[in-house]
Amino acid sequence: MDFLSIINSAASEILSPTTAAFALATIGLNIHFGYSGLLNFGQAGFMAIGAYAFAIFTMMVDPTATLGWPVWLSFIAAVLVAVVAAVIFALILGIPTLRLRGDYLAIVTIAAAEIIRFSVRTQDLTAITGGSQGLRGADYKGDFDAMNPLTGTTYGFGPWTATAYDTWVRIVAWSLVIVALVLVWLLMRSPWGRVIKGIREDEDAVRSLGKNVYGYKMQALVLGGVLGAVAGVMFVLPRAVQPDNFATTMTFYIWTALLLGGAATVFGPLLGSILFWVLLSFTGGVINLLHGMGVFGDMSGSQAGQIRFVLIGIALMVLVIFRPQGILGNKKELSFNV
Amino acid sequence: MSDTTTPPTTHPLVDGEVGPGCKKVDPIVVADGVVRQFGGLTAVDVEHVEIPRGMITALIGPNGAGKTTFFNLLTGFDRPNKGSWSFDGQSLAHVPSHKVARRGMVRTFQLTKSLGRLTVLQNMLLGARDQRGEGIFAALLKPLWAKQEQANTERADALLERFKLDAKREDYAASLSGGQRKLLEMARALMSEPSLVMLDEPMAGVNPALTQSLLDHVKGLKAEGMTVLFVEHDMHMVRHISDWVIVMAEGKVVAEGPPETIMQDQAVVDAYLGAHHDTDLGTLTNQQVAQIHEDAEEEVPVDPEASDTAGSGTETSTGGATRVTTDDEEGQR
Amino acid sequence: MKTSSRPQRRGLRRVIAVALAVMGMVAGGATAVAAAPLPQTEQASPYNFNGIIRDGQTPVEGVEITVTGNGVDETVATGADGRWMIGVPSTGTYTVSIDTSTLPEGLTLRDPSFESREFEVGGSTAVGVLFPFGPSTGGSPGADPGTGSSGSPGSGEAPAPGDGETPGGTSDTGASSNDFGSQLLARVISGLSFGLLLALAAIGITLIFGTTGVNNFAHGELLTFGGIVFYVTTTLVNWPAWIAVVVTLIASAALGWAHDWAIFKPLRRRRVGLVQVLIVTIGLSIALRYFYQFLIGGGTYGLSVERGDVLQIGPVLMRTSGVVSSAIAIVVLVAVGLFLTRTRIGKATRAVSDNAGLASASGIDVDRVIRIVWVLAGLLTGGAGILYTYFIGANIKWDVGFTILLLLFAAVTLGGLGSAFGALVGAIIIGLVTEISTLFIAPDLRYAIALLVLILVLLFRPQGILGRRERIG
Repeated sequence: MDFLSIINSAASEILSPTTAAFALATIGLNIHFGYSGLLNFGQAGFMAIGAYAFAIFTMMVDPTATLGWPVWLSFIAAVLVAVVAAVIFALILGIPTLRLRGDYLAIVTIAAAEIIRFSVRTQDLTAITGGSQGLRGADYKGDFDAMNPLTGTTYGFGPWTATAYDTWVRIVAWSLVIVALVLVWLLMRSPWGRVIKGIREDEDAVRSLGKNVYGYKMQALVLGGVLGAVAGVMFVLPRAVQPDNFATTMTFYIWTALLLGGAATVFGPLLGSILFWVLLSFTGGVINLLHGMGVFGDMSGSQAGQIRFVLIGIALMVLVIFRPQGILGNKKELSFNV
Repeated sequence: MSDTTTPPTTHPLVDGEVGPGCKKVDPIVVADGVVRQFGGLTAVDVEHVEIPRGMITALIGPNGAGKTTFFNLLTGFDRPNKGSWSFDGQSLAHVPSHKVARRGMVRTFQLTKSLGRLTVLQNMLLGARDQRGEGIFAALLKPLWAKQEQANTERADALLERFKLDAKREDYAASLSGGQRKLLEMARALMSEPSLVMLDEPMAGVNPALTQSLLDHVKGLKAEGMTVLFVEHDMHMVRHISDWVIVMAEGKVVAEGPPETIMQDQAVVDAYLGAHHDTDLGTLTNQQVAQIHEDAEEEVPVDPEASDTAGSGTETSTGGATRVTTDDEEGQR
Repeated sequence: MKTSSRPQRRGLRRVIAVALAVMGMVAGGATAVAAAPLPQTEQASPYNFNGIIRDGQTPVEGVEITVTGNGVDETVATGADGRWMIGVPSTGTYTVSIDTSTLPEGLTLRDPSFESREFEVGGSTAVGVLFPFGPSTGGSPGADPGTGSSGSPGSGEAPAPGDGETPGGTSDTGASSNDFGSQLLARVISGLSFGLLLALAAIGITLIFGTTGVNNFAHGELLTFGGIVFYVTTTLVNWPAWIAVVVTLIASAALGWAHDWAIFKPLRRRRVGLVQVLIVTIGLSIALRYFYQFLIGGGTYGLSVERGDVLQIGPVLMRTSGVVSSAIAIVVLVAVGLFLTRTRIGKATRAVSDNAGLASASGIDVDRVIRIVWVLAGLLTGGAGILYTYFIGANIKWDVGFTILLLLFAAVTLGGLGSAFGALVGAIIIGLVTEISTLFIAPDLRYAIALLVLILVLLFRPQGILGRRERIG
């Protein structure tokens, strides 16, 4: 692998559907943590809920085949099922924890996300969730593929060349990212956003001004969670549903992306997600190159490749300590209080 | 009012004889049998107390007397074990704190709670009530709330000018001095057009240069027809601006009376001397000591039943970063 | 049958099957080594390939085996005992290949086509894979049993058989009969043992939280560190076990100290907010965890330590290693309790937990107390790492600590954040819940059950079981 191809594959991450899905999840987390101060460590759980609800609905109900619905309606219905599932999940999480101290929410969300993952991969539910193997992409992508207006074979240029299906996923996923960004921008300039940001700073003060803090926190949790679920749908459209993709590590990467770009900024999550994937691909390529040159002795390639995750961890630490406001954040508007 | 050394037995505000728990001619707040226990410790045990309408009432007492806890109970930030209390004739038992505020009973905090990463103006606007744009769906459509926002901004600007914060309008609240934050908190409370303002130690930590202006603002509230209830250690302030003084000690109301004579009441002297006689008059150090004690007083167990019924109450926290001061293990063994 | 904290549990049927097998062996005078599952690479992988690479009777270490197919692409190296195992998530066809370049000089596959073969994973959960060595004369296969690998295809529910001289298998606690009472008793005992080990690791979390307010998400890596140092010293460099233990404990304590010196003390100096520090520990966890994988690889590696026989106490069967681990855990926990309540520094620790400002004002050197707490946490957690790897079957994987991190947090939160005694109670509850739940639900859900219990307790008693009060503001 030469250096140019490393650059190429890193560049291709900029527009990849995975980056778009990741950006959606990060925008959701930004609503939680960046704007509302909610310590959600279960964003991967929301993604899993969305991905599984979407895929299972499509496979089990399959309104296109059983009810004769047009494919677009079936697709939208499946996405709505994912959204509703995320709303229910958010309510279940929020009702007991939003009254408690913030770090309880952290522990409960991380635990709940793991419960989801353990539950979908248990062998007893293999008939529904596919167990630890997950669900095959071909089983739920039919409707979405049939909606594809693109008929050619490949689109794009240079590193951004993709098949018709892949291009279709990109168009939809990135459109949703734009919608989410506009939504966040509209909300955060409004009085609603002001209340949310006030709660982040000091919820007792906001309560003393007559605002129903609990209700607002719940709204924020649901909204960010719904974005996470939609991200989950976008995440599995170009691949299969694998339970272990939704492990705690995924949540931590979303956090890294958020803090990299800048929490409590509109475009921070987008920038952070793109940079995260580009850098991951780039460092992976470089390590591979070095491995090919024998730098790591007789260590296997995949073992040497772990270095880039070490780098992610270090980057997260350095970022949080030295530039907590991220790249886009305002120096005065540090993203952490206290 | 007089300079007599014997406390008077009647007073224009009082219906009947002056004394702890006496009836007022026109009370705005009436509390009955309010008890709050933390474990075995009874922090508040108020048999009966009334706050006169349209007046400035001071709530004083030595450290650990339960003043802040009583404040928290009245405003719904904490739940009593038993008791009833009403505001303007309506019961406030089991009313969550934000609804208490909506009824016109707005409080400030001992440790100022300005919202640091919001600008001064945003802090102010947050105080305005019944904002359409605070609904999540209406928020998306600016035309629905732009007009109201405009009106609120004008009102906020007027208040900022009055509190001499207009130059700081666009600054983050975190950049204000301690005294300015107190002013901002008071101004923000006024944005909601309350009928009762409850100030928890408005002078604590305030630069002496700002003291006079704060005093004037408190008097100004009364002039506008609001009732003020404040907790204070600084007797200077109490004497200057209050119309009525209520003294608490060990959770109980031990004395009431006009400010000129209250310090001569034997119960008050006992209360102060019996507890911490060094805490009466507000020097800065004493206030700091007071703060430490009040902090300890604020430790409130979460009562699950109470949170069940509460809209939003006893629980706490400031964004998760709050460190729990934890349970003493020895106590559990 | 194991009772331990192994992620992978095969349930009642398995427990019974193995219990019967053990009984049979004991009865038949066979070497009393349980037919127990081998170490597995992936938590909760329901299927696996495994085997032992041996040259004659000598185990061959460091031979790389790769399994590919169905999204799996994993390579492990055989351990000191020649064993290997690769977990796979699902049924299907997999290619199992051996890297002949990693074989010792002169050792060749008897049949070169065996270098890479396809296997079907179907009804059996464990598939033994043979790599017979010998001159590739094409001569009679199996004519030379001495050079054959002893791995044999597992059948049905029975895991791959161990062999006489290899201390393989897991920490097996099981019931010698399959009536419900015995099963329950076995689960309870095993849950208690697991809980004690969790407590050992969880006390570190709770002390750090108590004194500094930090929720340390990198705590699992302290545990893994203990396991890895123990693995390196016992297995890679073959030191005697007691030296290995001492070295591991010293190294773990040093790591705890280094945590404070290099990261947390500077963060306190900078007055970095607690949420930030929380995220720093997440970054630290990621960095350390993948660094471990970089160092030792992604597989599960067996430790060359003696695990002892299976003991029968009443209706309960226990592996000696499990008994020893639990006993050591109890002794250490008592010692920690005495340390906290009887010694000056222990009392200072609790004073700092209670109110750091007040403690500081009373002349306690808070920084020193915190440093000691970190060293103690490193020591305890590293020790827990030794016991835990020993307990779960003498094997180590790069993320072993991370997989139980949430259980540790659950234990600490259940008991009441910041209370050392609470952490012990919480850990034992979590241990019992995980183990007893396997009698009723699929074993791969038992961690989920423990976490569900955590959420339910928080719902009804947010301050934890022993927590008394919470602070406003």
